[in-house]
Amino acid sequence: MSGPRPPSLPVDGSALEPRALDAAVHAALTAFAEAGDFEGLKAARLAHLDKGPVAQARREIGALAAEAKAEAGKRVGEAMDAVRAAYLGRVEALEAERDARILIEEGVDVTVPTGRRPLGARHPVELTMQRLTDVFVAMGWEVAEGPEVESEWMNFDALNIGKDHPARQMQDTFFVDPPDGGLVLRTHTSPVQIRSMLTRTPPIYVVAPGKVFRTDDLDATHTPVFHQIEALAIDTGLTMAHLRGAIDHFVRAMFGDVKTRVRASYFPFTEPSMETDFQCFVCRGADDSCRMCGGSGWIELGGSGMVNRKLLIATGIDPDIYSGFAFGFGIERALQLRNGVGDMRDIVEGDVRFSGQFGMAV
Amino acid sequence: MRVPLSWLAELVDLAPAARGADVAQSLVSVGLEEEALHGGDITGPIVVGRVLTVEEQIQRNGKPIRFCAVDVGDHGQRLTDGIAQQIVCGATNFDVGDLVVVVLPGAVLPGGFMISARKTYGRMSNGMICAEDELGLGEDHSGIIVLSRYLGQSAAAALTPGDDAIELLGLGGEVLELSVTPDRGYCFSMRGIAREYWHSQGSPAGAFRDPGIVPDNPPANLNGYAVHLTDGTMIDGVRGCDRYVARIVHGIDPNAPSPSWVQSRLTQAGMRPISLAVDVTNYVMLLVGQPLHAFDLDTLSGSITVRRARPDERLTTLDGVERVLHPDDLLITDGGKIPLALAGVMGGATSEVTETTTNVLIEAAHFDPVSVARTSRRHRLVSEASKRFERGVDPRVADDAAHLAVDLLVRYGGGTVDAGATDVDLTTSRAAYPLDVTLPGRLVGVDYPRARVLDILRQLGCTVDDPGLGDTVTVLPPTWRPDLVDGPDFAEEVARIDGYDRIPSVLPTPSDGRGLTHGQSVRRIVADALVGRGFTEVLTYPFVADDFADTLGMPPEDPRRSAIRLANPLSDNAPLMRTSVLDTLVDALRRNVSRGQRDLAMFELGLVTRPSPGSSHTAPVPGVSRRPAEATIASIDAAVPAQPRHLALALAGDAELAGWWGPGRAAAWSDALDAVQAVAAALSVPVTVEATEQAPWHPGRCARISLVDGTLVGHAGELHPAVLTRLGLPARVCAAEIDVDVITAASAEPVRLAAFSTQPVALTDVALTVQESVTAAAMQACLAQAAGPLAESVVLFDVYRGEQLEAGQKSLAFRLAFRAPDRTLTTEEVSRLRDGAVAAAAERFGAAQR
Repeated sequence: MSGPRPPSLPVDGSALEPRALDAAVHAALTAFAEAGDFEGLKAARLAHLDKGPVAQARREIGALAAEAKAEAGKRVGEAMDAVRAAYLGRVEALEAERDARILIEEGVDVTVPTGRRPLGARHPVELTMQRLTDVFVAMGWEVAEGPEVESEWMNFDALNIGKDHPARQMQDTFFVDPPDGGLVLRTHTSPVQIRSMLTRTPPIYVVAPGKVFRTDDLDATHTPVFHQIEALAIDTGLTMAHLRGAIDHFVRAMFGDVKTRVRASYFPFTEPSMETDFQCFVCRGADDSCRMCGGSGWIELGGSGMVNRKLLIATGIDPDIYSGFAFGFGIERALQLRNGVGDMRDIVEGDVRFSGQFGMAV
Repeated sequence: MRVPLSWLAELVDLAPAARGADVAQSLVSVGLEEEALHGGDITGPIVVGRVLTVEEQIQRNGKPIRFCAVDVGDHGQRLTDGIAQQIVCGATNFDVGDLVVVVLPGAVLPGGFMISARKTYGRMSNGMICAEDELGLGEDHSGIIVLSRYLGQSAAAALTPGDDAIELLGLGGEVLELSVTPDRGYCFSMRGIAREYWHSQGSPAGAFRDPGIVPDNPPANLNGYAVHLTDGTMIDGVRGCDRYVARIVHGIDPNAPSPSWVQSRLTQAGMRPISLAVDVTNYVMLLVGQPLHAFDLDTLSGSITVRRARPDERLTTLDGVERVLHPDDLLITDGGKIPLALAGVMGGATSEVTETTTNVLIEAAHFDPVSVARTSRRHRLVSEASKRFERGVDPRVADDAAHLAVDLLVRYGGGTVDAGATDVDLTTSRAAYPLDVTLPGRLVGVDYPRARVLDILRQLGCTVDDPGLGDTVTVLPPTWRPDLVDGPDFAEEVARIDGYDRIPSVLPTPSDGRGLTHGQSVRRIVADALVGRGFTEVLTYPFVADDFADTLGMPPEDPRRSAIRLANPLSDNAPLMRTSVLDTLVDALRRNVSRGQRDLAMFELGLVTRPSPGSSHTAPVPGVSRRPAEATIASIDAAVPAQPRHLALALAGDAELAGWWGPGRAAAWSDALDAVQAVAAALSVPVTVEATEQAPWHPGRCARISLVDGTLVGHAGELHPAVLTRLGLPARVCAAEIDVDVITAASAEPVRLAAFSTQPVALTDVALTVQESVTAAAMQACLAQAAGPLAESVVLFDVYRGEQLEAGQKSLAFRLAFRAPDRTLTTEEVSRLRDGAVAAAAERFGAAQR
């Protein structure tokens, strides 16, 4: 800051009086302390630091006798240091106050909505298939796939579902026109078993997730297009005990540490065949009115079994060397059980509010 | 299969104090699944009543309500008030004088419903008149039970008001409903279920009394009714009928009712009592699993001849339907001429037993399961008989079953047995199977001792010949088990009887898994990239309408018009398989819009079906006795149409939402293209963009996305306004469709890193005026090429059209970033490079710097 020099004050030495100097220091400290803002502090600095009695006292030293200069200089220096320190202290305090005030003033309402871009989400059917697939991949299995428009031979004949087999009547199938052209929409993921056995060499450990079709009308519990995941293992020495082991692992990955129980069943593509229930993961059998299991304590998982020798023969794998097992599970059923999806229509209608609830997790 | 517990207890010793739930549990352990448990929770009084008076009133809701007085014998209001029972009833299917079933106050119906007197429609109703479903007899709730119709005139005639209806209708006992798997035909009988229960109890000696063994059955003779078995067109070399037993009873009283115990067992088993002759055949069928047919003997004139149908032959079956027969249908005929019955499926109307029938011929035959199954399916006719024959009936039980029926007819119908007993038996014994006794253990994973295996097989009824040396024994399965043919079948039986619960749990350990394939990983990357940009995944049905290609505005020669057609679509409105995912994604978009969603960004990853032009898509169906020849497998694969995996995405409304911060930004063609670019970038696949025209996009706002080598990846842009109108979608919907298989293949190689410089960057901007026809991409490419290798990037950052320019011109502003790999560029160098680029643009496009 530049400007005309202020006129020199008269030098009479009174400002060097110890009492006067003390009073001046005191007055300066008080003025700084009382300065409420930077403007007040500036005025106080002018009055008590840049000018004022202490500055005056320093000027008066020159008028003293040489022998007195040292003592007076020391006192004035100390006084000056005290006043400057008080000033700087006050500057720091005022700056801290100002900074704190600005941060408060800059505060916002963090509860306002923030989403300027729509949020995306994956479909829980895909997420569930991915999750289950990962369980198998982690065990060293591979993922196999096949077409959705499939040959009848792969979908039925090779799976020991002959034209006259009662099991073939259980499934109502979409046929590609003309109906005797040998093509259908696959009714299960099992043709992927056949394709795997035709194209791979044992040991085979594959899991096949995918879309399947049956001519059911859409309602709360049925959909003509749905999803399954199927596991197939072909190796030497595989037994039903391995089948149970794989199923148990699968159930634990999906529903937690629950027990399973098995009973005999029938499927054309397996012999022996097995039906598995797992313990209700909600009540573990402890609640007679449990809505998850209906109070039975058990939930039906689905069918499985040792791969029928006829399948091995039809795909050129020696049934006297290799044995295998297979099991499957409905993805929509998993969603019903794990995620409380009550109405099948929600899964298929494509309402973004359905997928949106899942984000990337299931 | 419905199994009355009291009946079961006659055939096999139940565990002490076993109730329905316990029996069900035991049967589950041998693989018979419980579907339901009925009864056992009804308590009376439930009695027979006769309707005395009916006063019908139409209620305000238009529904008729009947106030009835019912004679219930010495029960209820007769005892307390000296009057007939006053009951309010909502059904109208009965008349004064009808016998009905009355539940009196104090009774408890299935499900624990306690009945009490209560005020209904303004009057006291002292109990209720019951429908079938209320008593757990079936699903029927169309009206109340009228006993003369339910039990038949003759049976109803024997009833008196006040009779106990619990006993009459068999309501008191528990009935187990089991689901029987298709391989176990023998379990469609009490005989089979009793045997299985016996196995579940460890097959204790003497505890199972086989009703299929009838000790006093006289041997067949040659004096019986003439029967000829012929078969001109055997199916797969199997005779349509290989055994036919015919027995005759004369002089049955046509009015004789079935005994009440037969009626109540039939009712419990879910069948209606009809008449003595019919009830007896049904009863024996339920007991031993042999379907029987009763002919009115007096309607027959010639021998019973079993043969295949002739072309255009017709038969009116018992259900009143006239059926045109197929040459593969097996028939029972009168003298070879007149068709009497569809063998093993249903009888005909002409020879039906009626209320005047006195002489009856009982048929107990064995038919080929395949033949019966085909006939049943061909005529869409499933009967109790066809259900059993399809799954296999014990061929040895026919004569005993016929005798049981004859016996009951004589005992309860007062008839006399004809001395003749026909049994044409062409059945042959099956070959014994050489079973390796170690197989069950090896397949199941439980160490079954040899003795245990043989013991179980014998319990099952197998004849086991054990030479005592080596592991192989010969096993002849019992005649009721046609399903036991191969080693694993016997292994399952051993595991089943020994107990599936003994199978341990051992996790298999594959050793060489290679993880997800590249294609499988790509799908996850694509989906995740889109979700990160705000897109929501949906899954739609892949079915489209006949006119989908017209709706989407495809030109006549568009290959996407060639679609696979379903022979039996769910809806005639959607008989084709989609050829693009966008075909069906738009449906989901429309549904969301109609549900009030405005700002939408959706995608679907899925297969589309692309039949090859000219291919018939007819797949061979080879046999399964060996691996098909490689050429056959190849022709199956060739017949299956190509099904590439596609991605479709669509946007509507705002891409950036409106809010307190200000207005939103409407989704534009560029958002669809940007999403595709993001997918390509996520896979590190370089793509190029050029303008194109492609349905269903706006002809001026459609981008073709290609790989650098020109391979088509897909299209993106705004949809054609006319298409949007036809689809019922809002204006300006934008969309993209790409072939995921193409970008999968393009991203298969590892990403190669290009070196990048850490020297300072020099930025310089140029604004160039060009004709509208010059595209941004062409300008960018020209500038980048001319700027040389030191140009790190050339990016369009502004487009200006307006008064400072001539009509038909635009100004494109680019920012050029220069960077050398090894030094700081000088201002002069940068200017020279920029000027060179501008000069190139001037020369190539007539671009003038603004």
